[in-house]
Amino acid sequence: MKDEKIRRVPERIEPAPPDVLKDRPYEPVPASPRREVDPYCYLGATEVQQPLAYREALATIKNWCRANSLWVMAYGTGCGAIELRPLMTSRFDMARFGMAPRPTPRQSNVLIIGGYLSLKTLKRVIRAYEQMPAPKWVVGLGSCTINGGMYWDSYYTINKLDLYLPVDVYISGCMPRPEALIAGFQELMKKIKQGEANGWNEYLENIDRYKVNQKRVIGDWRMPDYNW
Amino acid sequence: MQAIFDLDIGYLGLCALSVIGAIAYGLLIGGIIRKVMARIQSRIGPPVWQPYLDVAKLFFQRTSIRHGMMFYLAPVFRTVGGIGIYLLIPIVAGMPGLAGFSFNGDVLLVIYFMFFGCLGMALGAGESGHPHAIIAVSRGLSQMSSYELPFSLALIALVAQVGTFSISGIIEAQAGGIGNWYLFMNPLAGVAGLLSFLGMQMYSPFNIVLAPQEIPIGPPTEYNSTFLGLMMSGRAIFGVAKSALFMNLFLGGATSIPEAMIKIFIVYMWAVFVGAVFPRFRAEQSVRFFLRWPTWFGLAGIALAMVLKHLAS
Repeated sequence: MKDEKIRRVPERIEPAPPDVLKDRPYEPVPASPRREVDPYCYLGATEVQQPLAYREALATIKNWCRANSLWVMAYGTGCGAIELRPLMTSRFDMARFGMAPRPTPRQSNVLIIGGYLSLKTLKRVIRAYEQMPAPKWVVGLGSCTINGGMYWDSYYTINKLDLYLPVDVYISGCMPRPEALIAGFQELMKKIKQGEANGWNEYLENIDRYKVNQKRVIGDWRMPDYNW
Repeated sequence: MQAIFDLDIGYLGLCALSVIGAIAYGLLIGGIIRKVMARIQSRIGPPVWQPYLDVAKLFFQRTSIRHGMMFYLAPVFRTVGGIGIYLLIPIVAGMPGLAGFSFNGDVLLVIYFMFFGCLGMALGAGESGHPHAIIAVSRGLSQMSSYELPFSLALIALVAQVGTFSISGIIEAQAGGIGNWYLFMNPLAGVAGLLSFLGMQMYSPFNIVLAPQEIPIGPPTEYNSTFLGLMMSGRAIFGVAKSALFMNLFLGGATSIPEAMIKIFIVYMWAVFVGAVFPRFRAEQSVRFFLRWPTWFGLAGIALAMVLKHLAS
């Protein structure tokens, strides 16, 4: 058995060849050197840039509101969902942090990838992630999102989630207990309040690389290149 | 037309301030309800100011997706309907800013405005194109046309007994202590009205419209960021306005702000407590329910009103 060649999901990072993506939805925006306050705030023709203290105060208020009202998409992709149920119920209450489960991606801010991600689920998760309005964050639950975990040599699961979706916080474990989940979400809230959780911006800036990785593993890409 | 131009700008400003206060109070009631339900389930629950943070977060979102003009206008219809009926209902009779623009015949106008809000949501859900939203909207409109019947019968009994179509006149007829509340003057019509209030608030057992955990949230399925924030504010003010209407019609109105806040809270909690206990009806079951006992209570209430009026004269 040991010398049998096991077909694995190919996961090498390659630069995008120039003729792979013929239909690009939009031009990727280059990262601005100053990221401390909202790099995508474009000024109108006659608008004057407000003072930095005002912009920073406004960003602090916005990030505090976003961190204290995280809406999680109620979508259990893998075995991690079994640890989400005790998190939502009476013993380890997540509502006291302001988090609430929402049924649609249109109304949620956080996408939890719980456990292993098979290729068919990855196709649907990409679709759901792109339908979420910004700002949005991805939390990787369990060891399978970090290095493949228990299913590292499977022919149909991915080993590294960061190649396909921009992950903000990883929570390791198999499965992590609800206390570990709470610690992970508090880490995410801390990153949001400091303004460092910019996964959605990195996804849009490096969309070529992400699309190449996604299309390499998903064989039947019968959906639009970007799902609004 | 001259009467409109005689209005004080200060009066209009106070009315606008009371609208903002009503939205804030409606969101606070939502937060209190979440806290109370959490404590019933022996967990800590979100803080009472959580709905303010939710609405603020929704307005601070960077992108939003819309599907057309009707999708854009639906939360506007809903909020405008809510503000409209809120301004026509006197919250505290006699206080400038909270007394509203009551006039003779405004009971019928208020019923019309309530339908306007649901209609806006239905049009927006249809424009979004999501099949779950369209299913939920058809269920919701059929349920709505069924609870209007006992409510209209209770109103006919009320108007026939009191003798005026204006809400301020109805409040004045109930002055003089708790024994004069219309709920006790004509209990049958009061019961019919309060049962139809359960259908209006769309809590369990009549929340087939939203149907959480059954189909994804119903009509607001495709609503996101600013549209959802506006829809949540509209729902807050609609809740306060309907509770205030029932307070004025059946519980005697209010003469001071604390009394108004307590009575609105009590009427709102009646729907929440029933919702905590009962499971959900299907659409045809809720239609059948409203056409059965509440309608019979309403018809009996009209008969009782005729008898009482004959005895009084």
